[in-house]
Amino acid sequence: MSPFRVSTAVALAWSGAALSVAPVPANAAWGLNLPTPVSPIGREILELHNLIMLICLIIFIVVFGFMFYSIYAHRKSTGREAATFAHSTKAEVVWTVIPFIILIGMAIPSTATLINMEDTSKSDLTIKVTGYQWKWQYEYLDHDVSFYSSLATPREQIVGLQPKGEHYLLEVDNPLVIPTNRKIRLLVTANDVIHAWWVPKFGAKKDAIPGYINELWTKVETPGTYRGQCAELCGKDHGFMPIVVEAKSPEEFDAWLAGRKQGSSLEHAAATAAAKQWSESELMARGEEVYAHCAACHGVDGKGLPGAFPAIAGSAVATGPVEDHLTLVMDGKPGTAMQGFKGQLSDIEIAAVVTYQRNAFGNKAGDTVQPSQVQSLR
Amino acid sequence: MSSAPGSYYLPNPSAWPIIGSIGLFSLLLGFLLLLNEGSAGPWLMLLGACIIVVMMFGWFGKVIHESESGMYNEDVGMSFRMSMLWFIFSEVMFFAAFFGALFYTRALAVPWLADTDILWPGFEGGWPTAGPKGPMPIEADTPVSDPAAQFSTIGPWGIPVLNTFLLLSSSITVTIAHHALKMNSRGNLILWLGVTVLLGVIFLYFQAVEYHHAYSELGLTLGTGVYGSTFFMLTGFHGLHVTIGAIMLTVVWLRCLRGHFKPDNHFAFEASAWYWHFVDTVWVGLFVFVYVF
Amino acid sequence: MATADVAHHEEHHHHPSGVMRWITTTNHKDIGTLYLCFSLSMFLLGGLMALVIRAELFQPGLQVVDPHFFNQMTTMHALLMVFGAIMPGFVGFANWMLPMMIGAPDMALPRMNNWSFWILPFAFTMLLSSLFTAGGGPAAGWTLYAPLTIQGGMGVDMTIFAIHMMGISSILGAINIIVTIFNMRAPGMTLMKMPLFVWTWLITAFLLIAVMPVLAGAVTMLLTDRHFGTAFFDPAGGGDPVMFQHIFWFFGHPEVYIMILPAFGIISEIIPTFSRKPLFGYTAMVLATAAIAFLSFIVWAHHMFTVGMPLTGELFFMYSTMLIAVPTGVKVFNWVSTMWRGALTFETPMLFAVAVVFLFTIGGFSGLMLAITPADFQYHDTYFVVAHFHYVLFSGAAMAMMGGAYYWLPKWTGHMYDEKLGKIHFWLTTIFFNVTFFPQHFLGLAGMPRRIPDYALQFTEFNVISSIGAFGLGFAQLLFVYVIVKCVRGGSKATDTVWEAPRGLEWTVPSPAPYHTFETPPKIA
Ligand code: HEA
Ligand code: HEA
Ligand code: HEC
Ligand code: CUA
Ligand SMILES: [Cu+2]
Repeated sequence: MSPFRVSTAVALAWSGAALSVAPVPANAAWGLNLPTPVSPIGREILELHNLIMLICLIIFIVVFGFMFYSIYAHRKSTGREAATFAHSTKAEVVWTVIPFIILIGMAIPSTATLINMEDTSKSDLTIKVTGYQWKWQYEYLDHDVSFYSSLATPREQIVGLQPKGEHYLLEVDNPLVIPTNRKIRLLVTANDVIHAWWVPKFGAKKDAIPGYINELWTKVETPGTYRGQCAELCGKDHGFMPIVVEAKSPEEFDAWLAGRKQGSSLEHAAATAAAKQWSESELMARGEEVYAHCAACHGVDGKGLPGAFPAIAGSAVATGPVEDHLTLVMDGKPGTAMQGFKGQLSDIEIAAVVTYQRNAFGNKAGDTVQPSQVQSLR
Repeated sequence: MSSAPGSYYLPNPSAWPIIGSIGLFSLLLGFLLLLNEGSAGPWLMLLGACIIVVMMFGWFGKVIHESESGMYNEDVGMSFRMSMLWFIFSEVMFFAAFFGALFYTRALAVPWLADTDILWPGFEGGWPTAGPKGPMPIEADTPVSDPAAQFSTIGPWGIPVLNTFLLLSSSITVTIAHHALKMNSRGNLILWLGVTVLLGVIFLYFQAVEYHHAYSELGLTLGTGVYGSTFFMLTGFHGLHVTIGAIMLTVVWLRCLRGHFKPDNHFAFEASAWYWHFVDTVWVGLFVFVYVF
Repeated sequence: MATADVAHHEEHHHHPSGVMRWITTTNHKDIGTLYLCFSLSMFLLGGLMALVIRAELFQPGLQVVDPHFFNQMTTMHALLMVFGAIMPGFVGFANWMLPMMIGAPDMALPRMNNWSFWILPFAFTMLLSSLFTAGGGPAAGWTLYAPLTIQGGMGVDMTIFAIHMMGISSILGAINIIVTIFNMRAPGMTLMKMPLFVWTWLITAFLLIAVMPVLAGAVTMLLTDRHFGTAFFDPAGGGDPVMFQHIFWFFGHPEVYIMILPAFGIISEIIPTFSRKPLFGYTAMVLATAAIAFLSFIVWAHHMFTVGMPLTGELFFMYSTMLIAVPTGVKVFNWVSTMWRGALTFETPMLFAVAVVFLFTIGGFSGLMLAITPADFQYHDTYFVVAHFHYVLFSGAAMAMMGGAYYWLPKWTGHMYDEKLGKIHFWLTTIFFNVTFFPQHFLGLAGMPRRIPDYALQFTEFNVISSIGAFGLGFAQLLFVYVIVKCVRGGSKATDTVWEAPRGLEWTVPSPAPYHTFETPPKIA
């Protein structure tokens, strides 16, 4: 896109600047410039970035070359008298017009890249991405595949009880899987507050706005695992909703998709679950697992965060009528962070977690909920 | 020592500002508690409002006293006039935010929502609208039976056009009063200023009737989606400004009765009149963009 | 003169003393001092919160605070710095200097002047006490984006009301400044003879009156969405969360120029003095300021390139934003030309001024990079943006204020400050500032999002450096406080002109400037 490649020069300039700040022990992971892109748009952006930075650097050196020369040569201590000029129309016109021309030079490649970025037509695969506090949902619209993706880093690593793993904070339970060399169109939206879906190496970032759909596209050339993060403040755990994308060759992708289709649907799980009568201990054990979905807000200990997230321990809802409890968990409460879980959890999971909430943390409602009861409320 | 002509009057230290701050603070604190279920809320608000009223009486009273005893020169009057104009400009910008919201939703947000079929299947957009989850709009001025499902809007050619007429005439009457003041014709001044206030009050009365009608019969409330939000916030803030303007004019009227103001020096009158014209202009904008189109 | 001619004051019978003097004062210098002290304390408090942020980010993992509190610190830090430190700080300068610079006896509306200050302590009491409510203070960033602010507890309401109060204060203050400049100039002080600081403030005040009410409107809509069932930002009711951003940034972008234009004014006073040469291109400077102000109204959506605007919108906002580089460039070139072939000395104010020009331009260039829409998709909401705005805000606005404080302290107090300590403060500030914020460019490029309390391991090194820098920067500011206190307490006596041959009416009155200056207008040559 841009007329010349300037990465090397710029990288050198940056490192020079960095060295003057402080030398750091080498670590393979840290970088001074944008990460190496794996998509056409990412590459265009990198070139644009390098170009603009180089132009700025040159202007900077020229302008401050003058200033530092003046600081050096025009010191009073050299015994000089100050000149008296205060105006020069010629100079002023020159330094108004030249920057303007430089700006036009920058605007042209930028416009081209932008137009390219916004062209989501002729895509091969469409995936809907929905941001939740604090996880992502991916729906392969034409393939009836849908799943949630949330942080996989254990809490112990975060609070320092365990050593941090290699992909600390940048690992998820279910990564998004896409085929390489296909134009992927992402429809980005959110369920509660604004999030932003971002994978740096794709050069792809778009805000996920509740109620609205934003489109973006990418085409990944090299197979691999790519990591990014939510890039719009979305509340307490904004820093803990990473994005992981696995780019597989189209064949591997098709195989993955086929495997995913079977047994992925909630109905399937519902049918098997409803057939069975669950015992309290089964429900409690299962519920404790599912409660991980709730712990981000209501706390592992069920104490919540006073003022922001209510405690489950002693909660009037969790110890009151079971229908109210179920409806709240299934439909959520609009306008608050309490989202509806009926799309995310299966009947048995909801039954289990509600049972768990009613009988853990010192709550003693004493009743259990069966999946069939959840199903009847759907 | 008395004021020397040509010198700019500099007031002594004054406690009124800090009293005003305390009043403002308790007013807002009270409001805060009211919104968050604190029982002291309304009382604190009342206290705050009282303090502010006292502050206004005290502060403006002092200014009036200083002005009437000739301590102000031309320049002071000019400062007052300029500040009033810039203040009105700030008010214009406040309304601009809400008009901006109206234009943005109508021109951009609602059409986008209507296009977002994945999330809002079946939502057609258009204006008026209460959004994909809100009640459906029906013909203007039609009583609705089920406000959860339907709402109706207020058509422009009933009360609104009458109100337009009222406010526009009040702008004329206040100008007549101004001329009377300049001519030093007290009787006319008091008459026409009185008529202006009266027109303003009638306007407010009709607006109250209209609101009542909307809430009780048309299913149109502040919560009726964006239509209700923009409608009531715009007309509501305007109504609030009419109220303030009317109070200002009433005070000026009372001062006229007392024989205040001179044909060549009547800042408070001018300020209130300008404010009134501003309120008027905003209404014309409202009438056009909220009611007619 | 100050005691001889008091004809136009009220009878001198009740001049309160002690605290009441400060609470009831109508004197522009007193009020200026109040503003400046207030600004300094908010700067320290806001800085303290920045240190909490930096302490948490010193190492990966959660060590110091929990994420919810971290978000409150980020939000509160920015609100305190923007609305508590920078804006009131510049109003303090305006109060002290404008009447002296234009030969006026005081501000045009002294009682209102008092009120615009005395709203602030109440506003910030409201804001800060939100930290102690259940659910804590605002935690959605200083930009208060809906719908995150629709969630949240009572602390959000307190923020909204605090912003209402700050808005009233700013509007009243700005009206006063405009009227003073238009109406109180000494005879012969034509508009094009006004010092540049006066010009920049005139335009800033205009911006304030134009945009503070819009912010008030935005937060009012938030409030009604939260409590009165309106649907401005709720798509289910036909609203749009992005509309909040449009309204906010219509305020927010002019706001960033509100924070930099007075700084430009201060720099334009300092550089000529220590170059011993008149300001180069005065007319161009005035026009450039006006051009920046004008453009600032049509660029707001460059903060929102990623929200999914139509292509034409993105292009428009990209082009208009890039244009701002032209008038800003004119300013930078004019400063450099002012120094060119001058007779330069480098007292502390000049050191600050030179550093501001240099470092602000770095921030300006990163701003220009952000303006390039496709590239901004990569930078947006990363530490690259954080680096950008600290370069323009800290090394632009805050350091210009420090320079201005050294420049005028002798005039205000009658004492010279400690030049040696001043220089040490300068070097510590400049060095640690760069240690803190330069590495953040790399962090942003490498992909570290802003507003996160914990980060992936590849960001560790630069965060360590940045945090070390921040603590150094913080302690350097304690030295600043010490220098100021020392100067107020005593020091060698300052002459009337203080510097060798400064221009401007403020240098024609004694140091310290008498309580009432220019009761009879000065003669303007
Ligand atoms: C004092 C405050 C201040 C100032 C002066 C500026 C100045 C500029 N800013 Fe900055 N900005 C902020 C404060 C400020 N900004 C803040 C606080 C934010 C973040 C808000 C938030 O999200 O919390 C922000 C964010 C921000 C963004 C959004 C980034 C994002 O979130 O993705 C953008 C995008 O365009 C931007 C652009 C610019 C530009 C183009 C300028 C220009 O005015 C700069 C012009 C100056 C120069 C260019 C240098 C000098 C010129 C020359 C030497 C001439 C020659 C040059 C050329 C021809 C190239 N800024
Ligand atoms: C005017 C502006 C201004 C100033 C001067 C500063 C100054 C500083 N800022 Fe600020 N900052 C903002 C405006 C400003 N900031 C804004 C607008 C944001 C965006 C917020 C958002 O995302 O919403 C932000 C965000 C921000 C972040 C990003 C947070 C995040 O994204 O999570 C960081 C992180 O490093 C940071 C750091 C600092 C530091 C280290 C300083 C230092 O320069 C501070 C130096 C000063 C001190 C450290 C004070 C020294 C005092 C003491 C040591 C003792 C105190 C004693 C008493 C109180 C008695 N700031
Ligand atoms: C993103 C944050 C979040 C998550 C995740 C979350 N909740 Fe909540 N929850 C809330 C909030 C906020 C409220 C308070 C709503 C209100 O204002 O009434 C709430 C309220 C509740 C209540 C009512 C408590 C009371 O006393 O009012 C129950 C029960 C509850 N949630 C159950 C769950 C369950 C079960 C899960 C997981 C399957 C869950 N929540 C996950 C945020 C969350
Ligand atoms: Cu989701 Cu940030
Ligand atoms: Cu901006």
